[in-house]
Amino acid sequence: MSQQLLRVKDLQVEFKSGSITNKAVNGVSFDLDANESIGIVGESGSGKSVTATSILRLIPNPPGKITGGDIYFKGNNLLEMSNNDIRKVRGNEISMIFQDPSTSLNPVFKVGNQLMESIRTHQNVSKKEAKKKAIEMLELVGIPAPEKRMNMYPHEFSGGMRQRVMIAIALSCNPELLIADEPTTALDVTVQAQILNLMKDLQARLQMSIIMITHDLGVVWETCDKMIVMYAGRVVESGEVKAIYQNPLHPYTWGLLDSQITESQESTEALSAIPGSPPDLSYEIKGCPFADRCPYAQAICYETTPELAEPYQGHAVACHFQTTEQQLERREDAYVDGSTSRS
Amino acid sequence: MEALLEVKDLKKHFPVASTIPFKKSTQSVKAVDGVNFNVYPGETLGVVGESGCGKSTMARLVNQLITPTSGIVHFKGDDLVTMNKETLRETRKKIQMIFQDPYASLDPRISVGELIAEPLVIHNVGDKASRKKRVEELLEIVGLNKRFADRYPHEFSGGQRQRINIARALTINPELVICDEPVSALDVSVQAQVINLLKQLQAEFQLTYIFISHDLNVVRYTCDRIAVMYLGKIVEIGTYEQIYSNPKHPYTKALFSAIPKESPFDDKERIILKGTVPSPLNPPSGCSFHERCPVAIDICSKQEPNVVTTANTHQASCHLIQK
Ligand SMILES: Nc1ncnc2c1ncn2[C@@H]1O[C@H](COP(=O)(O)OP(=O)(O)OP(=O)(O)O)[C@@H](O)[C@H]1O
Ligand SMILES: Nc1ncnc2c1ncn2[C@@H]1O[C@H](COP(=O)(O)OP(=O)(O)OP(=O)(O)O)[C@@H](O)[C@H]1O
Ligand SMILES: [Mg+2]
Ligand SMILES: [Mg+2]
Repeated sequence: MSQQLLRVKDLQVEFKSGSITNKAVNGVSFDLDANESIGIVGESGSGKSVTATSILRLIPNPPGKITGGDIYFKGNNLLEMSNNDIRKVRGNEISMIFQDPSTSLNPVFKVGNQLMESIRTHQNVSKKEAKKKAIEMLELVGIPAPEKRMNMYPHEFSGGMRQRVMIAIALSCNPELLIADEPTTALDVTVQAQILNLMKDLQARLQMSIIMITHDLGVVWETCDKMIVMYAGRVVESGEVKAIYQNPLHPYTWGLLDSQITESQESTEALSAIPGSPPDLSYEIKGCPFADRCPYAQAICYETTPELAEPYQGHAVACHFQTTEQQLERREDAYVDGSTSRS
Repeated sequence: MEALLEVKDLKKHFPVASTIPFKKSTQSVKAVDGVNFNVYPGETLGVVGESGCGKSTMARLVNQLITPTSGIVHFKGDDLVTMNKETLRETRKKIQMIFQDPYASLDPRISVGELIAEPLVIHNVGDKASRKKRVEELLEIVGLNKRFADRYPHEFSGGQRQRINIARALTINPELVICDEPVSALDVSVQAQVINLLKQLQAEFQLTYIFISHDLNVVRYTCDRIAVMYLGKIVEIGTYEQIYSNPKHPYTKALFSAIPKESPFDDKERIILKGTVPSPLNPPSGCSFHERCPVAIDICSKQEPNVVTTANTHQASCHLIQK
């Protein structure tokens, strides 16, 4: 058995804006072993980024606050660590590729200097060595003419190039845990394939663990061992990637899979889409948070919130109708053209 | 049919700061380097190509957000490059843009409602009440709650912000919408909603789209014609059937073989390209793809290939194509 590296337990995060409290993350739990990778998927606004930034304790406070739960990293509770200690963990043992490139690259400094600075904060190397390593990293993430690019500013890079610079920064410190928040969204498939290969390579070489946040299920199939599906700040399904692919259980997961555009999709037919929009998290949600949009919802779904349970070993789901006692039958037309077809 | 947009030999070369102080640099990034294409009313032209090949730069040139180094951009027969400021302002109403980065493109100090109404205010359309109504209508169209009008961009997730961007681009009923990676920041379920929405709006309002995306499945699904860019040039253009079922350029072939897996059990053969994208600072001689091309011959490193028309509406630039 490999060793447990990270354990997130019942994480709760809130954002306050005036008198409104937004429960962005509401009881998220998962484990991650050394050298293992987990994918986090879920609708926009479901709390994926907030979960990830909580691990590094980088939730802006105010308005945000971690109001409950524990995050153990190598046995230590990150939420109880002193500011000084957590700073040592950040960008060293745990590094993160942020979803928002504009917050992580400073527009007034040259890209090369930012990369070198990051290398030198975490590694005891000379300026010259840092420069060499920086150029090497840019090359590794597929930036052409890296020496020249070192002297350019972020705005002189294309969207995908900026994203790759951030990947280079995150990987330059050989972390034990890499949190990658939509790392390849701005990248075309050829570069994406190259970056994912690079991550897998480093993972094998350094025994690195990865948390991969993405909305691209292809990326999850390609890089992850297990995955969690989030909805409205909660985990609605979790398990091995292959198990979820073969036997997805939650109606939301079905909707996600149906919404994917495949190679055989006819452009004359509308894409299947989940109707409506996610719930406003500043209101108390009664019952299952997905009930409003669920083609299979029954009266009980609007009354009681389903708990995560494991109808199959290692494969959990939070749905009243997916239990050991009873199962739902997946309907092919459930999400056709995004209007609810409730039975 | 008459083209809505006609682009001829469009170029943008960005000067590069010299590394030697006080010495003027002679180098430039040839971000867009001689691009030709037409866009016809009501169609969707897809633009695909590797990161850094010049897609966003081309989009910004079409919209005149940056001035070209040379070349022509005709919109409904009028040249945007030489047009006077006043006329350009009016014409621009008809060309809207959805940007790639949903974070950088929304001013954090302005409420969502004001952001979406902004084009109405700039162009002096309607009164306060009608603007408010339009904002609510647009929020609904893009799948957001009406109440969000009073909130600020930082309170939203990446995907939610992109929907705000789309609402804003649609505010004043444009004719041509340039979508720069409009759905790449969205999760698949919202992506499907937005694509359905863009298609439905297109049919309803006869919109014309230029659709930049690196997701080839999205492009295949949304576009009538596809232009494949490589290092500042269009190397192949054709209908989506032509590009998907009968690609001519070796780069197009490699690109389509790199589509990610459709299942965790999928073991798919990929054409992995040799080396990295060459630098637009110093593009290779001859055909700019020759260094990475699996089938390159002698002439490819020496001479730039001409555009070959292989079939009606299908063109590619490669020495190895037989007419
Ligand atoms: N700084 C903030 N202030 C207020 N609310 C916030 C802040 N950051 C996030 N939120 C809220 O927390 C919720 C979860 O946001 P989060 O960014 O985690 O979503 P996500 O799952 O990463 O979505 P996406 O796929 O769009 O990136 C959202 O409702 C969002 O509005
Ligand atoms: N303002 C600028 N100054 C200097 N170079 C620039 C500037 N804007 C873009 N470039 C360069 O032009 C080239 C093309 O950039 P562009 O943003 O058009 O690429 P893209 O095809 O949109 O890529 P991506 O898919 O990564 O968004 C890149 O080499 C980039 O570094
Ligand atoms: Mg996010
Ligand atoms: Mg771009």
